[in-house]
Amino acid sequence: MADTHFDLIVVGGGPGGYVTAIRGAQIGGKVALVEEKHLGGICLNWGCIPTKALLRTSEVYHNMLHAADFGLSAENVAFDLAAVVKRSRNVSKRLNAGVGHLLKKNKVTVFDGRGRLNGPGKVEVTADGKAVASLTATNVILATGARARTLPGLEPDGKYVWTYMEALVPDIMPKSLLVIGSGAIGIEFASFFHTLGSEVTVVEVLPQILPVEDAEIAALARKRFEKLGMKILSSAKVTGLKPGKDSITAAIETEKGETSELTVERVISAVGVVGNIEDLGLETTKVKAERGVILADEYSRTDEPGVYAIGDVAGPPMLAHKAEHEGVICVEKITGIAGVHPIDKLKIPGCTYCHPQIASVGLTEGKAIEAGHEVKVGRFPFMGNGKAIALGEPDGLVKTVFDAKTGQLLGAHMVGAEVTELIQGFVIAMGLETTEEDLMHTVFPHPTLSEMMHESVLDAYGRAIHF
Amino acid sequence: MPIQILMPALSPTMTEGTLAKWHVKEGDEISSGDVLAEIETDKATMEVESIDEGTVGKLLVAEGAEGVPVNQVIAVLLEEGEDASAIDASVGVAPPAAAEAPAAEAPPAATAAAAPAPAAAQAVAQAVDGARVFASPLARRMAAQSGLDIARVGGSGPHGRVVKRDIEAALAGAPLAAPAAAVAPAPAATVPTAAPAGPGPQQMADLLGMAYRLEPANNMRKTIARRLTEAKQTVPHFYLTVDCELDALLDQRKQLNARGAESGDYKLSVNDFVIRAVALALRQVPAANASWDQAGILYYEKADVSVAVATPNGLITPVIRDAGAKGLAAISGEMKDLAGRARDGKLKPEEYQGGGFSISNLGMFGVKDFAAIINPPQGCILAVGAGEPRPVVKDGALAVATVMSCTLSVDHRVVDGAVGAQFLAAFKRLVEEPLTMLL
Repeated sequence: MADTHFDLIVVGGGPGGYVTAIRGAQIGGKVALVEEKHLGGICLNWGCIPTKALLRTSEVYHNMLHAADFGLSAENVAFDLAAVVKRSRNVSKRLNAGVGHLLKKNKVTVFDGRGRLNGPGKVEVTADGKAVASLTATNVILATGARARTLPGLEPDGKYVWTYMEALVPDIMPKSLLVIGSGAIGIEFASFFHTLGSEVTVVEVLPQILPVEDAEIAALARKRFEKLGMKILSSAKVTGLKPGKDSITAAIETEKGETSELTVERVISAVGVVGNIEDLGLETTKVKAERGVILADEYSRTDEPGVYAIGDVAGPPMLAHKAEHEGVICVEKITGIAGVHPIDKLKIPGCTYCHPQIASVGLTEGKAIEAGHEVKVGRFPFMGNGKAIALGEPDGLVKTVFDAKTGQLLGAHMVGAEVTELIQGFVIAMGLETTEEDLMHTVFPHPTLSEMMHESVLDAYGRAIHF
Repeated sequence: MPIQILMPALSPTMTEGTLAKWHVKEGDEISSGDVLAEIETDKATMEVESIDEGTVGKLLVAEGAEGVPVNQVIAVLLEEGEDASAIDASVGVAPPAAAEAPAAEAPPAATAAAAPAPAAAQAVAQAVDGARVFASPLARRMAAQSGLDIARVGGSGPHGRVVKRDIEAALAGAPLAAPAAAVAPAPAATVPTAAPAGPGPQQMADLLGMAYRLEPANNMRKTIARRLTEAKQTVPHFYLTVDCELDALLDQRKQLNARGAESGDYKLSVNDFVIRAVALALRQVPAANASWDQAGILYYEKADVSVAVATPNGLITPVIRDAGAKGLAAISGEMKDLAGRARDGKLKPEEYQGGGFSISNLGMFGVKDFAAIINPPQGCILAVGAGEPRPVVKDGALAVATVMSCTLSVDHRVVDGAVGAQFLAAFKRLVEEPLTMLL
């Protein structure tokens, strides 16, 4: 009889699922992973990674167009869209193979197919409608991720109305593009297509773009996008889409009731994601789901003993690094490893790779005040940093929010070049519970962008040196 | 150069105290002898007087701050001609940005207020056997700000590190570990109180829905709790009881008080006689006037008698020094003064520290007989009950006499049964034949 019983079965091979499986195997468990499409999931194949590859292209292209600023000359700067997309796909392919290798190395048994619960502790795997395996396990972790949300009347058609899937493999470089939604996904695509020459309009239903970010940071980013030529309509929504010949016309209505029409070649719908809770056999167990996500407690336990849910399918923030960490905590809790604590959602950073980049962790200034903190806020602009000037990136801001009483770092928010690589410094600081004192005493290397982090902390206490 | 005002050591054993009240505010002109602040220590509230004159530049410790270490700068005094800019240099605070107005919210005030915290935190964070306490910077600051001894907080972070959630749990009433360091030196090795197993009383009461009122323990109550737990757990107690007939003493007292009433000089209580009788009995049996120390037994040369006084905040034991050398009127007068100031919390440390033998009298409450807990490092405590008419056998016949039961609690390491009995016999003789107190 084939090996069909496992200590742990992970359903879903995205960043949450495969990391959880590897951690389970490291601890010594016999682990199986069931994945229907691609190891690495959306993140690696259709999300985080391939978009970073595209955005790298647009960044290099942007710099080539401004070569003269650096004393260089580049003539006839152009791009080959097919080659750009191919590079992005190759990056994903390479990492996808890497995940397969890592799972093999850790002796995780991978089943290709769709996993469904068939009562507690039982998982049926099917592929192309045929049963592949009947598995049993002491513990089952659901890590089935999320997919693009669709709004009625704005359904993607795969041709003129794209989701991130189609936008990652565009058939044409649209001369004009409407992006619905200004969250991380919408803004990244807007930034990519805009940089490559598309006339981009972003419509956001809320008054603020990048709605989860600090208001001041979002306003600075918006100013920068608009200066680069992007059109942004906030407090507005797309009420309908009318396909034409090789174009599509969107009806836009502002909060005040003003209506207008916009005809573009393509539309990207980026109005959020919803958990993949369907067709998982949840009804064969006591697992409950509500509003598109599986209900689980702080250690990812569902209402069914032995069944857990992690990552996007267990609710926001829907980020790969949250899913990975949640999965590791879940497995460690199951195996009784000492010192396991639930993830602190306030300490999960978020990064958006548009140009300029956005990165943040913790409470925004507004949220901190709302939560009852008396705050001290520090700000330091890129303009005051030597490295930023040398890089030719004088636009941006590093903002820090402290609790005035205890000196606890409540949040950090940045906009500007490379900030996505800087934010982890503040994440560590928050994780180790440093106060402003420790950060002030930390030596930051010169010349780096990270010096702005130091200066921002100093500024919160009226001590900034370079501004 | 501004003058730094330090947290004073109000007694040789004081390591920290509570800044109970400021009597001055920033900007006040003060001269030598002015009262600056009230400091609350284990046992009493003391006033701190200025020895310098000048203007109060800055108060660095907030009113009510607990656990302020001795010698920490608590305020800065500006001498004539100095202005506020001199303060920062003197307390090592970086100057504020020029643009910032010196408003309450401006950096200098905030930094100054924050500055003492790390020092305080470091002081407590080295408590248990001097071992380092691992804690996050935020946890240290929160503990310092709330007067929590971080060494007593269990850590739940990596490798037992104390983190924010542990401080929050402790402040919300989670049980703390045993106190790490004794404030007052005890000659015997101190054994800390064991951490309560299972839920503490408050958690239990919450669980069971019992109604209660939580009264935070003041320093005095904490000291009582610590010292008496230590005494009962570490001192091998035994108890001897004797009945004393009081009729002769009461007669004497009546006669003496009649004279005292005429002159208005004194009004003697039975307790004054008991103090004198104890002092004289200790002279006769000096072996009972002793303390255990690891180095050996200390025999005290004078009879310094501690007398327990109930105060609104708890028990305190002012000392009648060399009571054997003092007459009844002197003892009586001194006792009234000490008891009065004890109730007001105004005793000086030297007035309640350093007795050799204690008396606890609950006679006035009608208690017949009880056994007291030894007041370390002393070797004995005499528990005095009420004088009441009781049947006694005299010459083979029943009779009525006023009888007072006294129970001596004895530290067996210092005083054996026979010595304790000799002391009680001497005491009984003195009480029953009060004229011998004249000898």
